[in-house]
Amino acid sequence: MTVHDVRLENVTKQFAEVTAVDDMSLDVESGKFYAFLGPSGCGKTTTLRMIGGFEEPTEGTIYLGDRTVTGLPPYKRDVNTVFQSYALFPHLTVFENVAFGLRRRGVKKQLLRGQVDEMLRIVGLEGYGGRRPKQLSGGQQQRVALARALVNRPRVLLLDEPLGALDLKLRKEMQLELKRIQHEMGFTFIHVTHDQEEAMTMADRIVVMNRGRIEQLGDPAELYERPRTAFVASFLGVSNLLPGVVAGPELVRLESGQELRVAAGVLNGHTGAVSVGIRPEKVRIGGDGANRLAGQIVERAYVGVSTQYVVKTDVGQVSVYVQGAGAHVPGEQLQLSFDPESAFVVSRSEEDRP
Amino acid sequence: MRWVRRHVLTAYAVLALAYLFLPIAVVVAFSFNNPKGRFNFTWSGFTWKNWENPFAFPGIGPALRVSIELALLSSLIATVLGTLIALALVRYRFRGSATTNMLIFIPMTTPEVVMGASLLTLFVNWRIAQGFGTILIAHILFNISYVVVTVRARLVGFDRHLEEAAMDLGANEWVTFLRVTLPLIMPGILAAGLLAFALSIDDFVITYFNAGATTTFPLFVWGAARVATPPQINVIGTAIFVVAVTGMLANILFQNYRARKGAVLA
Ligand SMILES: Nc1ncnc2c1ncn2[C@@H]1O[C@H](COP(=O)(O)OP(=O)(O)O)[C@@H](O)[C@H]1O
Ligand SMILES: [Mg+2]
Repeated sequence: MTVHDVRLENVTKQFAEVTAVDDMSLDVESGKFYAFLGPSGCGKTTTLRMIGGFEEPTEGTIYLGDRTVTGLPPYKRDVNTVFQSYALFPHLTVFENVAFGLRRRGVKKQLLRGQVDEMLRIVGLEGYGGRRPKQLSGGQQQRVALARALVNRPRVLLLDEPLGALDLKLRKEMQLELKRIQHEMGFTFIHVTHDQEEAMTMADRIVVMNRGRIEQLGDPAELYERPRTAFVASFLGVSNLLPGVVAGPELVRLESGQELRVAAGVLNGHTGAVSVGIRPEKVRIGGDGANRLAGQIVERAYVGVSTQYVVKTDVGQVSVYVQGAGAHVPGEQLQLSFDPESAFVVSRSEEDRP
Repeated sequence: MRWVRRHVLTAYAVLALAYLFLPIAVVVAFSFNNPKGRFNFTWSGFTWKNWENPFAFPGIGPALRVSIELALLSSLIATVLGTLIALALVRYRFRGSATTNMLIFIPMTTPEVVMGASLLTLFVNWRIAQGFGTILIAHILFNISYVVVTVRARLVGFDRHLEEAAMDLGANEWVTFLRVTLPLIMPGILAAGLLAFALSIDDFVITYFNAGATTTFPLFVWGAARVATPPQINVIGTAIFVVAVTGMLANILFQNYRARKGAVLA
């Protein structure tokens, strides 16, 4: 049986007019790296703040382990937060910032010194203990915020877009670094981000959120290969969505009348209006895939590792990525194909949601 | 042409500063005067005598003492009360908080004569004998407004995430206030306290209405001026000025030091 560190049960959060989180239920498995992924305003921060104890749910219950924590103040919850703005105490040194939580728990002086130094070492800030937060770079402040939370060995660490303020190179570094630290310490991490690449890089489990609800939960490959909604398909990477209707157990008829095959089971539960989804890198030019589309190249972009074409077909425009420098040019007529196993299906009623 | 433009500005600044500081310079200079008669209005020779015997004029010492006691007490009480009001106003939306936010300005904008007279009316009606107590109440009253405004300015820019972070790390509300909120708004509180002290020690109008038989330093100077202006008044005036300026500079230097230190701490 898996251990659950955090459990949300039908949690709703209402702010005056806005429903920030809408009847959300979730089990967070112990020791895993979770990412809450979704566009700005979808309720990620609010969910995190309810787990941390800074907001109370309007309805529903939150458990940490098997204890209900709804109604408890933050200082009675075994979670720690890395705030988006870092929220380092400007009047305290780096050492005292990191020691803050230990001091509140009355950890003895000698022990405390060792634990803080060890934590500063883990985040790569050995010897910075005497500085003030203001004397550090953004990346270093970020590490202090991390150390300050981690040193308390919380059951769950909550991170609210902690890498948002860093430049791209540093962000990439920190993504791997965070992953390493999570691995090393073995706590459960819940990492909020609106960057799908970041979520894919770091997380064991991604919770895709949209408009206060969980759109889909799964590991990165699962979400990428088998998105269940149009929203997930287009939020994680690029997808071609071809509208049609279910025409058989493994068959979808497109608006042009042409039929596409999909793998067994993909259509389970779907009826009526659906879209067949296919990732651009799964479409081949020419080739012998079971599903074929004819079209004309309207755009070509060479981006180093791949060449990206936009092909106009009679079921709409299709993006195609091929490795390296492609030899085809705009205006060229060609045949596209893809395997039924590469395709996924999403319901169109969901796609229609504004 | 550019020379003129640049130097006109400098000359203007010098004149403006001279305008501001000339009266103070006169006060300081005349504290070293050796006046011929009872009035210290014409220069008649340098002496240390006044500084050696600052309390030589009868009544001046006790009056100064009353002023200092009043200033200390009223600024302390007003700072505590004003800080609490500022916290309540910035942190909580309660019934009447918007109104209070505006009302707090009224004591600052009411003419002192009006405020002094109405307080006197109040005290007389309530049969409260005028004296140290009534002056103290009056000073606390007008000081609170200044404290609230000063501390509120500091609180408005306060990052609430800092308090959330403290609670996240296990500090309850009280510890959070002591360890995070208070140290961070302390510069504002200190500035407010200094301002209140300065406002109290030199208040004349409101004090005059409500003093009864009690004599503060400004009241003493006013009373004495009709029969004499001993140079000791200038001595004490200069001393108060120096203390006030030193306090202000110390506060500024302390803030700068707090902001900069850390690089040297292990
Ligand atoms: N304190 C608040 N008062 C009112 N509305 C809020 C508050 N906090 C968040 N919201 C609203 O709730 C929704 C979700 O916000 P948030 O959880 O911050 O989203 P995210 O972190 O995914 O960007 C937004 O529409 C936001 O405007
Ligand atoms: Mg957010």
